[in-house]
Amino acid sequence: MPAFLVIARLTIHEARRRQLLRVLAVLTIVSVGLTAWGVDGLVREARSGGTEELFIQLGSSQILIFAAFMFSFVLAMTAAFLGAPAIAADIESGIALALLARPVRRADIVVGRWLGLAAVIVAYAGVSGLLEIWAVSLVTGYLPPRPWLAVGFLAFESLIMLTLALLLSTRLSAIAAGAVTVVAFGLTWILGVIGGVARALEADAFAQLVNLARSALPTDSLWRGVVYGLQPPLSVLVETGELRTAMAANPFHATSPPPLPLILYAAGWLVVVIAASIWLLQRREI
Amino acid sequence: MTPSLSRPAGAALETHDLAKRYGSTVALAGLSMTVEHGEVFGFLGPNGAGKTTAIKLLLGLARPTGGSGTLLGAPLGDRAVRRRVGYLPELFRYQPWLQAREVLRLHCELAGLARPTWPAEVGAALRTVGLEDRADDRVAAFSKGMQQRLGLAVALLGRPEIVFLDEPTSALDPMGRVDVRNVILEARAAGMTVFLNSHLLTEVEKVCDRVAFVDRGRVVSAGRLEEVLGEPAVRLRVSGLDAAGEAALGTFGPVARDGEWLVIRPLAPEHVPDVVETVVRHGGRVHAVDPGRASLEDRFLALMAGPDPSRGDDRPTTAA
Repeated sequence: MPAFLVIARLTIHEARRRQLLRVLAVLTIVSVGLTAWGVDGLVREARSGGTEELFIQLGSSQILIFAAFMFSFVLAMTAAFLGAPAIAADIESGIALALLARPVRRADIVVGRWLGLAAVIVAYAGVSGLLEIWAVSLVTGYLPPRPWLAVGFLAFESLIMLTLALLLSTRLSAIAAGAVTVVAFGLTWILGVIGGVARALEADAFAQLVNLARSALPTDSLWRGVVYGLQPPLSVLVETGELRTAMAANPFHATSPPPLPLILYAAGWLVVVIAASIWLLQRREI
Repeated sequence: MTPSLSRPAGAALETHDLAKRYGSTVALAGLSMTVEHGEVFGFLGPNGAGKTTAIKLLLGLARPTGGSGTLLGAPLGDRAVRRRVGYLPELFRYQPWLQAREVLRLHCELAGLARPTWPAEVGAALRTVGLEDRADDRVAAFSKGMQQRLGLAVALLGRPEIVFLDEPTSALDPMGRVDVRNVILEARAAGMTVFLNSHLLTEVEKVCDRVAFVDRGRVVSAGRLEEVLGEPAVRLRVSGLDAAGEAALGTFGPVARDGEWLVIRPLAPEHVPDVVETVVRHGGRVHAVDPGRASLEDRFLALMAGPDPSRGDDRPTTAA
């Protein structure tokens, strides 16, 4: 087996042995259970109060989007906490020294670590996202039109965070890499909000500037894809003119999926940042 | 550790003016040395002399900023040659969540050993370092000494042609040190080359064929142990020995006075009883006999005392 696959397998084994997988499974069950319980209570109250089913469906979609946002945040944190120490801690502890004394390239360590952690993150995003959608549909009857698209963008967003954390991990300490990753995630999200408001105010030049800064980390653009996948088609139909522009300022609303060039940009971003991680690690004294 | 490895032609390790600089800090100034196949080579020097840096350069874990060298016939940094090399780092840790056996299997795989050989390799390595009973315990539960034993087991996996041991006994108790000494001697008997970096000079003296003293990134003295330590001699504290008796001792070798002591240098160790017999035959009384030569520690201290009075810190030198 190639060295990078051995390291990827070792990384997954580490996640299992260190009880990470068990903890994530328990957290998923608790999160999905709590959300389903809360939504179920709200829907019962609404139906007993005579609320129209159309509004119940719209409300359910919004709660689902908020739940997805919570998962998006949790996944971003998980990616940061897993990615930040992945290389930094191995170098600090001397584990990397013992591995590199074998016929192992530094690129094997970066790619192997990334693959192993990516498998854990994507599995977590997929299972937790689909379970959440299924639980909400069970209690409300609302099934979003594009659940796979939403979960796919959720996983993609997590991969971006993981890759950034891994890049920083090649040069910074685990704590510093984690802190920078989390702050970058938050800043990108708020830049997305500012850009949306700027568009609503028709300050196009400023909005473009903000969008450019935001695209340094394509997480917020992918988040819009998650929202697009979860919201009902009805809300898209009723949007027109000024309403459509005003809705663009809302980070929990999307009028269209992320365009293909943006998705390709995000995929290219992953490749370039992984290559940069390899380049940085190759030049680091250990 | 049988059968023995065949010894290829050429040196196991050779460097020419190998240098490493970190910014303005010179970690290694120009290391030139040769290690032959099948010998135990002691690499000695004070803290900050560049020993660990040298090992990293030899293994391709760091890039030299000057000079060149070969390891097992390949240029330094060659990745494929690492299949034939074992390494116990000075500061290291294995995955604490793995069992000792799993660590060894991982390194079997990374070293490219054939999978059917893993159980035998792992079993032999565990036996060699005395960890059979702890094979299924997690590394996190190991003491520092046990981790060092595990590191030694990892280094010996697959019977490498050359094994680098960087302070292999620093965390071990006296029994552990004896065990490591025996492991090194067995490795040599099996034909392995051992590159030993240690501060424990008495250990080095007991196992090394050749040594090199390195200071400030340069080899300041190197050679076979007996060459480095000087010629064998005997020191005698005697009384009542007349001039004829002293002259008779001259037949064994040059005699010199050192206070109350007579020193005959050189003198083969097997002639010491004859010297004592000669003293007694000429009416002299023998109060003490000190056969041998300077210890490695004496030699180390003499070399490191050097002409530079500023010595004494642990830091590498800084380039002008």
